Amino acid sequence: MSEYLIEARNLVRTFGTRKARVTAVDDVSFGIREGEVVCLVGESGCGKTTTGKMITSLLKPTTGQVLYQGRPVWRPDGRKADDFKTYRLGVQIIHQDPYASLNPSHTIYKILSTPLLHHKLVASPAEAMTRVVELLNTVGLGPVEDFLTKYPHQLSGGQRQRVSVARALTVNPRCIVADEAVSMVDVSIRVGLLNILSDLKRTLGVTYLFITHDLAVAKFFAWEGRIAVMYVVSIVEFASTPQLINSALHPYSKALLAAVPEADPELTRHKQRLQLRSQDIPSLLALPSGCRFHPRCPFFEPGLCDVQRPELTLLEDNHYVACHVAARQAGVAGA
Amino acid sequence: METVTTLGPTSPPLSVRDLWVEYRAERGLVKAVRGVSFDLASEESLALIGESGCGKTTLGVALIRLLVKTARIRQGEVIYRRDGRAVDVLGLNPRELRRFRWRECAMVFQSALNAFNPVLRIWDQIHDTAQAHGMVSRDEVRRRAMQLLEQVQLDPRRVIDAYSHELSGGMRQRVLLAMSLLLNPQVLILDEPTTALDILTQRTIIDLLRRLKADVGFSMIFISHDLSTAAELADRVATMYAGTIVEIGPVNDIFYRPAHPYTLGLIRAVPTVTGEFEELRSIPGAPPDLIDPPEGCKFHPRCPYATPQCRTEEPVLQPYYGETHAVACFNVARVQQDTGDLGARFSQSLGDSIL
Ligand SMILES: Nc1ncnc2c1ncn2[C@@H]1O[C@H](COP(=O)(O)OP(=O)(O)OP(=O)(O)O)[C@@H](O)[C@H]1O
Ligand SMILES: Nc1ncnc2c1ncn2[C@@H]1O[C@H](COP(=O)(O)OP(=O)(O)OP(=O)(O)O)[C@@H](O)[C@H]1O
Ligand SMILES: [Mg+2]
Ligand SMILES: [Mg+2]
Repeated sequence: MSEYLIEARNLVRTFGTRKARVTAVDDVSFGIREGEVVCLVGESGCGKTTTGKMITSLLKPTTGQVLYQGRPVWRPDGRKADDFKTYRLGVQIIHQDPYASLNPSHTIYKILSTPLLHHKLVASPAEAMTRVVELLNTVGLGPVEDFLTKYPHQLSGGQRQRVSVARALTVNPRCIVADEAVSMVDVSIRVGLLNILSDLKRTLGVTYLFITHDLAVAKFFAWEGRIAVMYVVSIVEFASTPQLINSALHPYSKALLAAVPEADPELTRHKQRLQLRSQDIPSLLALPSGCRFHPRCPFFEPGLCDVQRPELTLLEDNHYVACHVAARQAGVAGA
Repeated sequence: METVTTLGPTSPPLSVRDLWVEYRAERGLVKAVRGVSFDLASEESLALIGESGCGKTTLGVALIRLLVKTARIRQGEVIYRRDGRAVDVLGLNPRELRRFRWRECAMVFQSALNAFNPVLRIWDQIHDTAQAHGMVSRDEVRRRAMQLLEQVQLDPRRVIDAYSHELSGGMRQRVLLAMSLLLNPQVLILDEPTTALDILTQRTIIDLLRRLKADVGFSMIFISHDLSTAAELADRVATMYAGTIVEIGPVNDIFYRPAHPYTLGLIRAVPTVTGEFEELRSIPGAPPDLIDPPEGCKFHPRCPYATPQCRTEEPVLQPYYGETHAVACFNVARVQQDTGDLGARFSQSLGDSIL
């Protein structure tokens, strides 16, 4: 048995035609243990959703492999593995955009009962109803009767997001990929939704790949788990959440942590900043050579960083970093 | 009509009194702004915070009277002052209004990032705006535009002839800021200026706004549902709930000594990135229906401090701590007992920053 419930191995994904091809995700590898939370953070366009979609097989990797319970999801010829269905039901996604992902012409009851009946997870419509009521209660949508006959457009953003959670739960998944699941939700109800997701971890042992651009949310949700920081197309740092928050080693992670405004006036106004050499986010059409962060990095070393791509390397306990300078400082050669 | 009065040197540029705005909707009247009063001091930065739908944008738009046709200002007063003149904004005729917007009070709209005309170059958009507001000399507009683009830390030559789709979100936001300053307004209203932006871009905009305000010297109202931007940029913060200001005060008072249960709830629901793990508490329930709001205090159905009085009587803003902090709540004393941990947060951040 593998150490991981789900694992990404050297995932690469390109988009476009042969003439204009862009790489959106390049050589991404990580594993998530059963019951663990791994957060994927990074700025817009860095490839978080693309990675999440490959993990759930909504996108096929251009190269690389996804493993579920230690077994490859894709066969060498590119077809689905024999036990693909177990994996497909075991790993569910909550989409970034709750407006686009719920069928607008279906009632909440229909949205939730369809997968139950389709996958024969319930024996009868009556049983489906019981289960739908249970699910709505789990995600805190009550009084349940009010919601069963409503359509998605009749719900607020937060309520719709909870329906998305409930739908992901219909098939009793062991792993949920939550893509910006709370980002569109107001602060006043965000914590409630995060707590619902946390409770699922405690009571049902759900494993999470939690995608967010919000570092504060990542810290709160994954305090006992790990955070992977992505910078254009690849992971640059992967560590336990407290390590990452308190002692990040990659210059990009440090820059993010230093830049993020805090909901605490004194704290936020006295934070140390890290000055970058450039504000420009590289285009996928012309990715920088060597380390992709080198044109912006304050610790840039010519002849090294712009020539050689640093690999994600173990620098401390459970702490992986892709940076030549950080590796040297940690006394690890050959990053 | 403009009225001329003699004003003291400390008169605030903007005074809003008992402002009510409603929308006509199928189900009835949406009471989006209900009895809002505040002053905006000279060169001050005031943050309006509150959850989605509480009326922040409506209030901002009402101040420059750009409301949609289905909206109506039911009552209230908006007084604008500059150089010893006072202007009754709600009494301005269309011609005077056009002058007032941009020259006196400019607004950068929520989601304006997507509002650029895709077939026009940045220069054409700036020129059109300037012309519409009576700046006729092409050369002068060009000079001013280049200067402003430089001031918002863009490379003017590269940006001025670009199309908006060639610019990143952060660059577009900076162009918008530059445009809003074109006619040298005294008051700037910014609706969610950093919301759609990445962390590093947000940081650039925040630092830029702080610098611009110091250099140019305008007053600023900025609307944000994001508490951290308010913590970072505001001199004073006003919390809105269900169309009205329920608490207003200096930024440190609001964050470390909040007196309204809703403000306290918001602050307790937002994690900081720096520091150890903190438990967060959510605010129960959902935002009120503004067509048929609850009786009494609009927050009472979600409020852990609510008493029978709150269910029937709506509290009004009253001075709470000194002259600058006001709150609309009957149970301030009990709320205060629960804010001790935030005070501790305050001394801790101060301690850290001294180290
Ligand atoms: N179907 C597609 N065709 C072409 N390019 C795509 C496609 N899907 C994604 N991309 C590109 O791949 C890159 C990564 O996109 P992705 O959606 O994974 O980013 P993200 O990190 O989730 O960003 P966000 O935080 O904005 O959601 C982007 O540059 C995007 O434009
Ligand atoms: N054109 C309109 N017709 C009817 N109701 C409207 C209209 N525009 C806004 N509203 C309602 O008025 C209330 C206040 O809306 P407003 O946009 O001012 O809120 P907001 O605080 O800016 O919210 P957000 O944070 O989502 O931008 C909301 O309940 C909204 O649904
Ligand atoms: Mg995404
Ligand atoms: Mg708004």
